[in-house]
Amino acid sequence: MSLNLSDIGRIAHLARLEMPPELAERLLPQLNGFFDLVEQMNAVDTTGVEPLAHPTAVIDHVSLRLRPDVASEPNNREANQRSAPAVERGLFLVPKVIE
Amino acid sequence: MSSKQIHEMGVAELAAAIADKKTSSVEAAQALLGRAKQHESLGAYLSFNQDLTLAQAKAADARIAAGERSPLLGVPLAHKDIFVTQGFPSTAGSKMLEGYQSPFDATVVAKLAAAGAVTLGKLNCDEFAMGGSNQNSAYGPARNPWDTDRVPGGSSGGSAVAVAARLAPAVTGTDTGGSIRQPASFCNVTGIKPTYGRCSRYGMIAFASSLDQAGPMARSAADCATLLSVMAGPDIDRDSTSLDHPAEDYTRLLGVPREGATAAQPLKGLRIGLPKEFFGDGCAPDVIAAVRAALSEYQKLGATLVDISLPRTELSIPVYYIIAPAEASSNLSRFDGVKFGHRAAQYDDLIDMYKKSRSEGFGPEVQRRIMIGTYVLSHGYYDAYYLKAQQLRRLIAQDFQSAFAQCDVIAGPAAPTTAWKLGDKADDPVANYLADIFTLPASLAGLPGMSVPAGFGAGGLPVGLQLIGNYFQEAALLQAADAFQRATDWHLKTPEGY
Repeated sequence: MSLNLSDIGRIAHLARLEMPPELAERLLPQLNGFFDLVEQMNAVDTTGVEPLAHPTAVIDHVSLRLRPDVASEPNNREANQRSAPAVERGLFLVPKVIE
Repeated sequence: MSSKQIHEMGVAELAAAIADKKTSSVEAAQALLGRAKQHESLGAYLSFNQDLTLAQAKAADARIAAGERSPLLGVPLAHKDIFVTQGFPSTAGSKMLEGYQSPFDATVVAKLAAAGAVTLGKLNCDEFAMGGSNQNSAYGPARNPWDTDRVPGGSSGGSAVAVAARLAPAVTGTDTGGSIRQPASFCNVTGIKPTYGRCSRYGMIAFASSLDQAGPMARSAADCATLLSVMAGPDIDRDSTSLDHPAEDYTRLLGVPREGATAAQPLKGLRIGLPKEFFGDGCAPDVIAAVRAALSEYQKLGATLVDISLPRTELSIPVYYIIAPAEASSNLSRFDGVKFGHRAAQYDDLIDMYKKSRSEGFGPEVQRRIMIGTYVLSHGYYDAYYLKAQQLRRLIAQDFQSAFAQCDVIAGPAAPTTAWKLGDKADDPVANYLADIFTLPASLAGLPGMSVPAGFGAGGLPVGLQLIGNYFQEAALLQAADAFQRATDWHLKTPEGY
């Protein structure tokens, strides 16, 4: 199986990346070269193997913790918005979404 | 002042000189900042904040004057620019985060600061830690001080350069698929990636969350142990994957012979497993020769060598390069030009703003990995790629457990070659991925791994010996590395002119 240019366009849209034709042409063989390498995964039978998400779970049970649902951080709006691209009266500005 | 200059001292020596008032933290910080600026062409550092550095050093000197003693008090260090650090820009080597000022410190940064370490600056790295040559930094490459036409490795390239060129006694790095071990190998530096979950990932700009792990890089295993003792430990409320294991003193076994061993043969009884897959055609002969010579030294120290197999070593490459980009594409979706990071100047609507901001902010390798990750997580492909890779990840991790039935430590090269020329492999992603073959297996298994200077290959370029331990065996790994460094002086070799 290999990707074609229209796949590249579709994936780029899902990834919210611009994909001008010349970039898509360059990327296509690179990604297909990579997926050739991935093919060898299919040669291994993994029926019944449980996926491993947290590596140390291979020796011991690991469960992700939950903490009480209470505010733990103070209001730090000014510092948090210092690196925002556009802010007005403490609010993040975005382009008009609803006409 | 002792006869040694400040930049010639490692962490332990410098801490002692400061504690004994032979120098001060302020004097040390000034000397190292001056040296870092003098060697700016190496591209090791991305930013400084001299006023803040000197204020931290002054505070450390005051603590010392008040009688406080601790192993890092007053010692200047530098952080990979993946750790968010108040008072310095935190860029992850990306245009996306140019000038970004974090409102908080990463846990690792905060812990080192609380121990009295002083921050010299932020260190160059591959963009979002994606790369093995530091050539993917948006701020230019870092150069290997052993040959400035060559790469220092990556992604913690600036970190390795700073230690190798004596611009800092020790630094922080991060390792997702080898980003501490491989640059340590290329630059004749000692580095350790602890067991996944030992160091908090809070404030480490996320690349692949199930793999990312922080660790120290320094001139000796002993100095690494000192730093790791401060960096590691549970961070229960802030990192859900941080392991609830008590903090340890990783220096406790340094210089101590193994149980039943002697001072002359301190590693007697240590079984070192050599995976045959690490010593085959895929590894350069000069690298194998240096690693074999280091292993002979280990035999003199009492260790025995055992042949083992890690049969899925080659499979680690596709497995890693599915899992890591999948997690990266998810983590990097937060960069949308709204709350922080780059926003395009011109756009039509919201979607166009996202696309233009991301395409302008991310470099080519990051975009490639986002594309791979987005595809393998997309509807209809998840099971065939991400889930399959996670199943294989379990098999790879189980292979290590079988191997550890026959040995205590696994050893081999950290990388299949020495440092390559700047510009090589620049536009060949697959060639770069293949070069990670020896570090990826331990990353996928979440095992602790080190690179220890083992000697030199062709052209006088450094070779690193990789040591991999079982889960939570960092202290024993550091003991084995330290015993080697007490018997050899490879780790003390300094590139000419530095």
